[in-house]
Amino acid sequence: MEVKETYNGKIREATIGLGDTAVTVGGETSLPLYMFEGAAPNKPVIALEVYDTKPEDWPEAAIAPYADVLDDPVKWALKCQDEYKADMICLNLASTNPSTGDRNGADIAPIVKAVADAIKIPLIVYGTANADKDAEVMPKAAEACQGKRALIGPVEEENYKTVAAAALGFDHLAAPHSPIDVNIAKQLNILITQLGLAPERVIIDPTTGALGYGLEYCYSVMERLRLAAMTQNDSMTQMPMINQIGREVWKAKEVKTSEADEPAWGDAETRGVLWEALTATALIMAGSNILVMRHPKAVELTRQFVAALTGATN
Amino acid sequence: MALTGIDIFKQLPKTNCGDCGVPTCLAFAMKIAAGQAELAGCPHLSEDAASALSEASAPPIRAVTIGVGDDAVKVGGELVLYRHEKTFFNPCVFAAVIDDGMDAATVDGLLKQTNESRFVRVEQDLKAGLVGVKSLSGDTAKFVALIEKVKAATTQPMVLMCGDPAEMEAGLKAAGETAPLIYAATAANYEAMAALALAHKAPLAVCGTGDLDALVDLVKKIMAAGVKDIVLDPGTRNPKDTLERLVYIRRAALNKKVKELGFPIIVFPNEETDDKMMEAVYAGLYVGKYGSVIMLSDLDAARALPLYVLRQNIYTDPQRPMQVKPGIYPIGNPTADSPVLITSNFSLTYFIVSGEVEASRVPAWLCVMDTEGLSVMTSWAAGKFVPEKIVPFIKGVGIEEQVKHRKLVIPGYLATMSGELEDELEGWNVEVGPREAADIPPFLKTWAS
Repeated sequence: MEVKETYNGKIREATIGLGDTAVTVGGETSLPLYMFEGAAPNKPVIALEVYDTKPEDWPEAAIAPYADVLDDPVKWALKCQDEYKADMICLNLASTNPSTGDRNGADIAPIVKAVADAIKIPLIVYGTANADKDAEVMPKAAEACQGKRALIGPVEEENYKTVAAAALGFDHLAAPHSPIDVNIAKQLNILITQLGLAPERVIIDPTTGALGYGLEYCYSVMERLRLAAMTQNDSMTQMPMINQIGREVWKAKEVKTSEADEPAWGDAETRGVLWEALTATALIMAGSNILVMRHPKAVELTRQFVAALTGATN
Repeated sequence: MALTGIDIFKQLPKTNCGDCGVPTCLAFAMKIAAGQAELAGCPHLSEDAASALSEASAPPIRAVTIGVGDDAVKVGGELVLYRHEKTFFNPCVFAAVIDDGMDAATVDGLLKQTNESRFVRVEQDLKAGLVGVKSLSGDTAKFVALIEKVKAATTQPMVLMCGDPAEMEAGLKAAGETAPLIYAATAANYEAMAALALAHKAPLAVCGTGDLDALVDLVKKIMAAGVKDIVLDPGTRNPKDTLERLVYIRRAALNKKVKELGFPIIVFPNEETDDKMMEAVYAGLYVGKYGSVIMLSDLDAARALPLYVLRQNIYTDPQRPMQVKPGIYPIGNPTADSPVLITSNFSLTYFIVSGEVEASRVPAWLCVMDTEGLSVMTSWAAGKFVPEKIVPFIKGVGIEEQVKHRKLVIPGYLATMSGELEDELEGWNVEVGPREAADIPPFLKTWAS
């Protein structure tokens, strides 16, 4: 049966972090998980979420694994690293959101520095996708973790000159964030590489929709980006991709609702864990390289999935 | 696969005899292509040409129906490798497998799940679709008794699983004329299984050994025996090998027109792991990549619901966004003093907005307007979410009877129309809400009537 495809494109390799614990993603020479017709030298990796302030409104199942560390970002990050074996930490600067905490760059810089200095694994630092606010906050955050080769995001069309420039200036990588749109993703990559950031320092954030909440849009846009990368050798689509899965999944109604409130929906933790694992694995199928996740059990399922689909068999 | 008039013309006698009632062969070909004439209208068509044309016009992956009546399911009929190219048409189905070695309580539990595993989401009825009935004991009487029990308990079509044709025959008799999926024909038993499929007008699954060339040969023999409705099992039982075979089968059917592989596929995540969570994760893989009948060990709600929603997502037509019904959605027992918000009926918008309103724990009235499934900005740009449409909607939807105040919160992105809307929407004040749904909770927490 001769139905193997040959591809003329390749995903770039990008390395986050420095030294022994640096993590490299990308490098695929086929569509995602198609091990039978290409190489995937670097498996998809998982970053666990850490927030700069104690989160409100998390369902019980998501709180339980972190109950003792939720109000201390450093302890939280170390727990993710040491106990849950995260490949990376994604520090979310949620308290800078103007409509909630509205803290500024100077407020959060010490937190970024403390987390960056405490962990051995690579760091991702994410703003709140409020373009104006991130333009003020993210340069301070980038400065605070200088020397760590972190991934800084999200870079928006409206603030790339500030945020991507900060990633460049402080020797980090950048995650351009496009609104589920192939052309805007490419355009933003062109803009930030023109700014001087090497394409190997760019990780695409295509916008993540959770299962039941726009997953299919995200899935198809990522699939189209990967097809363009592999079959059209389109250079500005050949970057690895990142998905913010945890925060999208754990606000879904079907995940937050307790079994007591909806007996027909079954055990809330099982449901939430699987909601997150299915979102993650579907997006791996669509081409995700870095999965930012929340529940350790969902992480474990995702890891087993990756091992089973990329490991040696037959 | 639609043929063009020229494709058809090439196969016609080109004599322009007019016996078909159309003056020229070319005109006749064009009429066939347009669906206005039948190939049979040409009395001079050679047998070779007729079979070539009917083969070429057959869909590359056959749609196969399992079961009869209202609960019958249709799988296959797919035309693309990637959903964005068109859409995935016939949603895959799931089945919990019940076997004749299980105790009565386990069987009853699985039957209960099969009947009760139903959820309504975006006005779609989500359910498994099938039920698997498997012979483990080799005792025909037990298998027959189980089939009779399942048939009495549920109207969901069955997958009868048994390798012995004699036992299968007894099972098919017990199933009556319900067109269950027969699982499965193999190289060892295919003649007898094919005969059973024809005799009972039931679709037949063909189980391979992992070798696709051998599967093609086996299917060829079964097709030659006259069986048309076939479901393929590549025979692999680990997800890495299964994914490879599924991708190859879909490509061979669509791109190479290998008709022996142009059938829906049955997969067995329940046999690929003992861990039920991993089973669900592998089932998710096959929802996205080319599984049509997905066998599970049970339908526990906490695992079935996410899988059904994944199927709903993957099989949504990318050209036709899912819509929710327009109307008033009360969230959290709102009162006459609760805030009133308006948004579009694009299902994603509705889900995100209603989720954030719920998260705010501020009871509210969410008015969902018919924007033909377009999002807020798109429908505004298309003239469907504008004051001329909003005014009759708000006046007619009944919200004025529900609240004492007259304050309407509109999406932040539509701030530019707030003045015009307030002028036209008599008696109402228009408030501009947040641009992003995530900012709704802090907005509502400080909202006052």
